[in-house]
Amino acid sequence: MAQNGMDLSKEQMHVVVVGHVDHGKSTIIGRLLADTNSLPKGKLEAIKEKALKSGKPFELAYLIDALKDEQAQSITIDSARVFFQSSKRNYIIIDAPGHIEFIKNMVTGASHAEAAILVIDAEEGVQENSRRHGYLLGMLGIKKIVVVVNKMDLVDYNEEIFNAIVTEYSQYLAGLGIQPMYYIPVSGREGDGVVNPTSNLAWYSGPTVLNALDLFNKEKPLVDLPLRIPVQDVYKFNSYGDNRRIIAGSIASGQVKVGDEIVFYPSGKRTKVKTIETFNAPKVTNSLTGQSIGFTMVEQIYVNRGQIATRVGDTPPFVSSRLRVSLFWLGKQPLIMGKDYIFKLGTSHEKVRVDAIHKVIDASDYKNQNDRTEIGHHDVAEVTFKLAHPIAFDTSEVFPETSRFVLVDDYEIRGGGIVLEAVTDEDAQIREDVYTRNLKWIPTDVTMAHRAEMYNQRASIVVITGTRHAGRKTLARKLEKQMFNDGKLVYYLGIGSLLYGVNADLKRHDAPGGWREHIRRFAEVAHLFLDAGLILIVTAIELTQEDLDILKTVIEKDMVHVIWVGGKVTTNIEYDIHLKNRESLDEGVVMVKHLLQQRGVVFKP
Amino acid sequence: MEHLKELEYRSVYILREAFANFKNLGMLWSMGKDSTVLLWLARKAFFGHVPFPLIHIDTHYKIPEMIDYRDRLVREMKLTMVIGENREALQDKHTFPDGAVDRLTCCKLLKTDALRQTLNGEGPRRIFNHDTDRYEEEKNPEPFTGVIVGARADEEGSRSKERYFSPRDKQNEWDIAEQPPEFWNQYKTDFAPGTNVRIHPLLDWTELNIWEYILAENIPTVSLYYNQGDGKRYRSLGCYPCTFPVESNARTVQEIIDELSVGKFANIAERSGRAQDKDDGGGLETLRREGYM
Repeated sequence: MAQNGMDLSKEQMHVVVVGHVDHGKSTIIGRLLADTNSLPKGKLEAIKEKALKSGKPFELAYLIDALKDEQAQSITIDSARVFFQSSKRNYIIIDAPGHIEFIKNMVTGASHAEAAILVIDAEEGVQENSRRHGYLLGMLGIKKIVVVVNKMDLVDYNEEIFNAIVTEYSQYLAGLGIQPMYYIPVSGREGDGVVNPTSNLAWYSGPTVLNALDLFNKEKPLVDLPLRIPVQDVYKFNSYGDNRRIIAGSIASGQVKVGDEIVFYPSGKRTKVKTIETFNAPKVTNSLTGQSIGFTMVEQIYVNRGQIATRVGDTPPFVSSRLRVSLFWLGKQPLIMGKDYIFKLGTSHEKVRVDAIHKVIDASDYKNQNDRTEIGHHDVAEVTFKLAHPIAFDTSEVFPETSRFVLVDDYEIRGGGIVLEAVTDEDAQIREDVYTRNLKWIPTDVTMAHRAEMYNQRASIVVITGTRHAGRKTLARKLEKQMFNDGKLVYYLGIGSLLYGVNADLKRHDAPGGWREHIRRFAEVAHLFLDAGLILIVTAIELTQEDLDILKTVIEKDMVHVIWVGGKVTTNIEYDIHLKNRESLDEGVVMVKHLLQQRGVVFKP
Repeated sequence: MEHLKELEYRSVYILREAFANFKNLGMLWSMGKDSTVLLWLARKAFFGHVPFPLIHIDTHYKIPEMIDYRDRLVREMKLTMVIGENREALQDKHTFPDGAVDRLTCCKLLKTDALRQTLNGEGPRRIFNHDTDRYEEEKNPEPFTGVIVGARADEEGSRSKERYFSPRDKQNEWDIAEQPPEFWNQYKTDFAPGTNVRIHPLLDWTELNIWEYILAENIPTVSLYYNQGDGKRYRSLGCYPCTFPVESNARTVQEIIDELSVGKFANIAERSGRAQDKDDGGGLETLRREGYM
């Protein structure tokens, strides 16, 4: 609306206005706009005229309730944005709906805000959504809160009524660890205390709503924290004649400069920043928090979307497939255990299940319940999640951006929350060993990229598993021979070949824990072959998903291709190809080669 | 300037999220200032490239300078340019300038319907062939699953309620009451087959921001925005039967910025020269629910 005339040199602040339905949020915003002369010419008159025609009394709230639906129902459906300015800064006001059905719109509006105005009706007092919105502001990480007690005109500007509401609400918020900065009595309709002070509230000596907003200071950027760049993408625009390989992402915290040694998680792979790339801008050698950047690397290590880059020496993010979180659920269907959802944090995207429900806070009264097996519509809960694959993340106190997540069910975002702590998962020790190995790895001048170019193939591992006597080894030998004849650098390694040599000290690999160590060593040996640029074919009987997880912790998970041989799949492993009977082995060779071509491991002969 | 950089970084982030998540991605380019800034932001995001097709819905009533400008940039920037149109309505002269229908129906036919058919791959599409240097009929057009659009929240009421990633159903319709939540920088990137998602990287930009950015980045814009000596210029571009120039002496980007920030347009809505807005009860909501940009 009234963006025109905004002074661009001024800073900007997003403010969300929340509160129970009909407590007067839109009226407060209308008053802020009208009394700061922020309305476009003719807008106020046009709305007054419209109200007159429809026979309804004019209300300031009409200004922002621009949608026809809303005027018909007289409630705010969505979070509208309006602009106004004070002498200090420009404000973008987000009007969030107070009606319970539209809580997801309130969250949408509030999650982009730096500050919040929470409106409580002086006559009705603290209501269900006053409590719910207060809780959600805390969850969303908004600390700059003004509580506005509106409609003071309806209670004769009575100081005791105001004080009673302040006492009740501040006690409730204190229980959640939230402390608003100001409580302000106003009348939006009469204009008391919103922009201009008033004699009607002579007993109140604090700031007006506008003063209170102006008293807030902008959050300092997180530039002094450790570096976090959630990788958005890896660009190589070869078809446009551009050979740069650019890692793209937004800096969630910290800073990065050319020459910095950086490390990506969960992989733990390291390289150096070669250049920071720009378009139509002067060359830069340093980038800061909040910037969307792209950089090239000295060594072309494997990087993909969802990883988090940090600087060597900075506190690294956590890596695990288990995390304890606090979340709120907006789905009409309850969030239940045993069902797959999608978990999105930073730029990562993983399948997730609820592993344990620790406590559920009921939406209507915000009392704890500790014996629940599902999380209902609008409930808040603490749970432990199990992800299908480990991701890199942070916990909430320090890094806001890399500790927030959403949950997707049936294509829609239906919940969100913050990570409270990393829970140790099964592969934590193996992962630590891999990070140490990467840290101590003695570098060479012949890189993976050089080898791939020279050998005309990308290093990969084909895991052939399945039931006994189904033809795993036959397939492996046929595939090795075929690829060898195609001129590929290929090697077949059966798991049994390691049992009595490399693993000779593990006398009882079938003892508890023995098998995991056996698989880990197998994976480390495979890692050597892959680092040498080979295509490795391995066979092992009836591998499980847990075995595969170890393999994918030790070596790059995108290098792994899984073939199941045998009529029935007898384990929980996720495979790429299933060969059902022996007769299909020749066909199987063709299928595997096709898969490798599709995935860019080898080119068509 | 700091503020413009903040807007740029957010828009670039959104564009990259769109590119990472949608296989069949396209961007609407009307040659107006907003979608041209969007085109520029795409080049920022992808380091000089625009790695997806641009889509123009040609009503055949666009001001000729717009078409010349479009094809000049397509050649200069080696853009993948796709053009859609409602061929049937145009052939049957079922338009407002032909006197057959009212303004809003004309908008629905030539823009909304044409857009829907272009996006779902059912309507005819022409694509620019840089080898032959002309537009050719696109064979087997595929549906777009993600469409980047230059809508700004400050333009009019219904646009102020948009999400950055906003789903459209199979009929390309927008369900305003049932929009998905959008937390922090997590957007709706999962979608059911047959549906598509509108992506709005410019939602937080104002008209003034757009011009400030055009100035800062020296972005080429169509000459119609500037007074060429007759004391008139276009503030908003559309079809010539329904879009009218405003009285203005602004000849340069800087003069436009002055006019918008302290001058005569400081408090007058941008789309005041668009006749169809008034016909829709002051908002574009009816049109936009059905898929209008």
